[in-house]
Amino acid sequence: MLDLPILSFLIWLPIVGGFGVLIVGDRFGAKQFALGVALLTFLLSLPLYAWFDRTTANMQFVEFLPWVESFNINYHLGIDGISMPLILLNTFITVLVVIAGWEVIKYRISQYLAAFLIMEGVVNGVFASLDAMLFYIMFEGMLIPLFLIIGIWGGARRVYATIKFFLYTFFGSVFLLISLIYLYQLGGGTEGFTASFAIADLQKLPIGRTPQILIFLSFLLAFGVKVPMWPVHTWLPDAHVEAPTGGSVILAAITLKVGGYAFLRFALPIVPDAAAQLDWLVLFMSLTAVVYIGFVALVQQDMKKLVAYSSIAHMGFVTLGFFLVYSIAESAQANSTSMASAMLAMQGGMVQMVSHGFISGAMFLCIGVLYDRMHTRDINAYGGVANRMPMFAAFFVLFAMANTGLPGTSGFVGEFMVILASFKSDAWVAILASTTLIIGAAYTLWLVKRVIFGDIKNGEVAELQDISQREFVMLALLAGAVLLLGLWPQPLTDVMDMSIKNLVTQALQSKICIGRSVVEACQL
Amino acid sequence: MMNIAIATPEIFLLSTICLILLMDLFLGEACRMVTYLLSIVALLATALLVYSSMGGDKITGLHDMYVRDDLGGVLKISILLLTVGIFVYARKYLREQDLWQSEFFLLSLFSVLGMMVMSSANNLLVVYLGLELLALSMYVLVAFKRDDGRSTEAAMKYFVLGAVASGMLLYGISILYGLSGKLDIAGVAAYVSVQNVMQNIPLLFALVFMVAGIAFKFGAVPFHMWVPDVYQGAPTAVTMFLGSVPKLAALAMFLRVLAESMAVAQPGWGQMLLVFGLLSVFLGNLVAIAQFNLKRMLAYSTIAHMGFILLGALTGTTQGYGAALFYTITYALTAAGAFAVLILLSREGVEAETLDDIKGLNERNPWYAFIMMMLLFSMAGIPPTVGFYAKLSIIDAVMQAGYLWPAVFMVVLSVIGAFYYLRAIKMMYFDKPDNTAPIEAELDFTILLSVNGLLMVVLGIFPSVLMGICSAAVVASL
Repeated sequence: MLDLPILSFLIWLPIVGGFGVLIVGDRFGAKQFALGVALLTFLLSLPLYAWFDRTTANMQFVEFLPWVESFNINYHLGIDGISMPLILLNTFITVLVVIAGWEVIKYRISQYLAAFLIMEGVVNGVFASLDAMLFYIMFEGMLIPLFLIIGIWGGARRVYATIKFFLYTFFGSVFLLISLIYLYQLGGGTEGFTASFAIADLQKLPIGRTPQILIFLSFLLAFGVKVPMWPVHTWLPDAHVEAPTGGSVILAAITLKVGGYAFLRFALPIVPDAAAQLDWLVLFMSLTAVVYIGFVALVQQDMKKLVAYSSIAHMGFVTLGFFLVYSIAESAQANSTSMASAMLAMQGGMVQMVSHGFISGAMFLCIGVLYDRMHTRDINAYGGVANRMPMFAAFFVLFAMANTGLPGTSGFVGEFMVILASFKSDAWVAILASTTLIIGAAYTLWLVKRVIFGDIKNGEVAELQDISQREFVMLALLAGAVLLLGLWPQPLTDVMDMSIKNLVTQALQSKICIGRSVVEACQL
Repeated sequence: MMNIAIATPEIFLLSTICLILLMDLFLGEACRMVTYLLSIVALLATALLVYSSMGGDKITGLHDMYVRDDLGGVLKISILLLTVGIFVYARKYLREQDLWQSEFFLLSLFSVLGMMVMSSANNLLVVYLGLELLALSMYVLVAFKRDDGRSTEAAMKYFVLGAVASGMLLYGISILYGLSGKLDIAGVAAYVSVQNVMQNIPLLFALVFMVAGIAFKFGAVPFHMWVPDVYQGAPTAVTMFLGSVPKLAALAMFLRVLAESMAVAQPGWGQMLLVFGLLSVFLGNLVAIAQFNLKRMLAYSTIAHMGFILLGALTGTTQGYGAALFYTITYALTAAGAFAVLILLSREGVEAETLDDIKGLNERNPWYAFIMMMLLFSMAGIPPTVGFYAKLSIIDAVMQAGYLWPAVFMVVLSVIGAFYYLRAIKMMYFDKPDNTAPIEAELDFTILLSVNGLLMVVLGIFPSVLMGICSAAVVASL
């Protein structure tokens, strides 16, 4: 393995490239330049997969530089099997987003592309940070480009949507900040620890029960808003509806994953006892998202809103998978099969995150394709699109099927793993989780039926042109990813195996009664 | 012991001011530029003198009236350099608004001298002396646009309230003198350290008056009433000066009077300032939302920021003082930049002061819009701008001192505060401009503003150096 600072390149190349695009300006070459930067970043991210050591849960590609000495904040980067797939997802989706904006965005295209490239770099920073304060800075910094993307290139109510989005997420994350400072000071006051923001140190730090619960709640607020979990999800439909296509894709495919990822990186290993004690709360919120939000999606008239709600429901599956660990461990007192099921649940959540990145991205791109032609997202304005756009219809139906979780597509793998694992925890949880297969199918297929099939609804639909080569390329790439992950998920699950195993061990180790599992500790 | 040398920078500045004052008499309208350039040279030379005299030690002199230490040095250099920047910004405004008079520069220089005296005072009366020199120059500066009713009204308000506040401070000092017979800071500190502060009613009584006087200078709630009116009424160039540099002097006054001479009485003044600080953060952020006049909005935002500074300072720890110093310096830099953007947008005879004036700035000039966005994000405390580190260090100090719930309160209100900064950014980026006249500024203005805005990001990414300077100065001097 070469000793290159690949992660730094992945963070700073898009950011510097983004400012480069700003300097090039709207005149000429901005698009080509941006695409070049995005492609280069994607190519640079491939070695992460190729050179990844699958036999260890240790951080890899580590970079370390002292940064702010007075707070012991370090520029500490590294990835494991959990963050690596998400970085690849991010670099891949950004290429598509640049292509998607190619002809569609007429207004200040260089700023548009620059915002996405800067966003890409910052999000890579979020996934690669091993220092909690570096993570927080990236986590917050992410808001700025997205705020501008929705606000400048969005729809009619874009200002309301973007300010709501910003304030919601900012509100959540200030509690994260307080918790991190608390942990930092706790480390300074604990024997054998130093005041440090290093995530690895925080994961080892012993914490009492009450602080754990408060910290867990603030993590839940910070990351729950980002995921978003019911009931703090209401910013998402607004943001999605108003955002330009590229913004929606990034929002659904990437930023929601940040919340899920942060649960794995922070909530489970840092405050395992509180997570074990309050897992019912998260399970309840996740199941509500799956069932209730699914029904909400059913009645939407706006295509983007429908997909937005379906995103919330699918992300409910992710958090469900992550937090099933505790109830599985409880029901089958720490034997080897429970370990395997806990891993299965968590892995299912991870696969679901990646797969949802592809599928929701694809769904929003499809809606973008329609919107560019018809300038409406109202479902009733469509009907019989398949007659005029057969190629598009084929893609749309494929992605819709993936969204419902059809076997053979990536949507099936994650959901199946989570549902399978949930039977080990509680039959009722499993049954409620399984309803997604029906509800998800209902709203997605009904959408397909109303938009794609049937007779040609009106004159505007009759004049539709099928997708261009550019659109074909981006949809085909996603279709390939969805099918590949659906038919052969092993390359993905392989890389995360060791890290997930390590994480489950950490999540089950009590920090109150050292050396015991959280399940036992709770009964003390 | 006399040791006049420790006051060299102040003596130099005073002599130069007198010289400029005299020269200006003989220079006509056309040569005003000379006065301007001389003022800048005087400030830079003084800053150099201060820098060369900083030695990490603490030397008192002039019969123990005066002290030279690193804290004073850092404060003075920040004050001087900020004032240079403000003069450059102000030139455009004064020219366009027909206020191109040398009095602006001379009065500002006098107030800078006052602030330097405050920063180095080793005696409560010297603090008062510096404060009055600052305040009297400020009253006149606020009334600088003398045929404008609002400017005069603001000056009257400022004068009356300021005089009351000065009186309160002086009254507090006199009670303290009656109790202890001391006015020098070391003497007062020695007296206070043997008292049981919370039981000593006369001492607490003195403390209340002194805290009130200091809180007025900060513009902290409930002594904040003058801030919005003065900010709005004063000519923008004066508001820019008033809204940035004197905050450093207020902090200097706090550090000399409360932190240095009454460190032991922290439980007494800490409680009062906790209430003032929390109220300031609360009221400042909430009321700013209702403001559509940008100057008033920035005034309320200042109140909120001063709340943060007070909360950091009231912890009574060197960590807290260091954080407050860092916050004040970066805030003054941010505020100066934000007002400079207002100056940038005003034209011949027209002042830019409402939110509408920044509408569509991104379409008129993306670079200035970016600068302003960075300034606003820094005020809101969003990383990667320096405002984030300022807030982080304050909150860290506050939590370290055991005030967990005030810290939670502060961050929640900073979310509320983010709303009005976002609204301003929304105006710049998402709205169409009402006015598409090109934005013109001279090269030095443009460069300085760009540097100012970029500093928000640069200091936000590399805060270590400035943080280190601030905490080292505090540790060495208090």
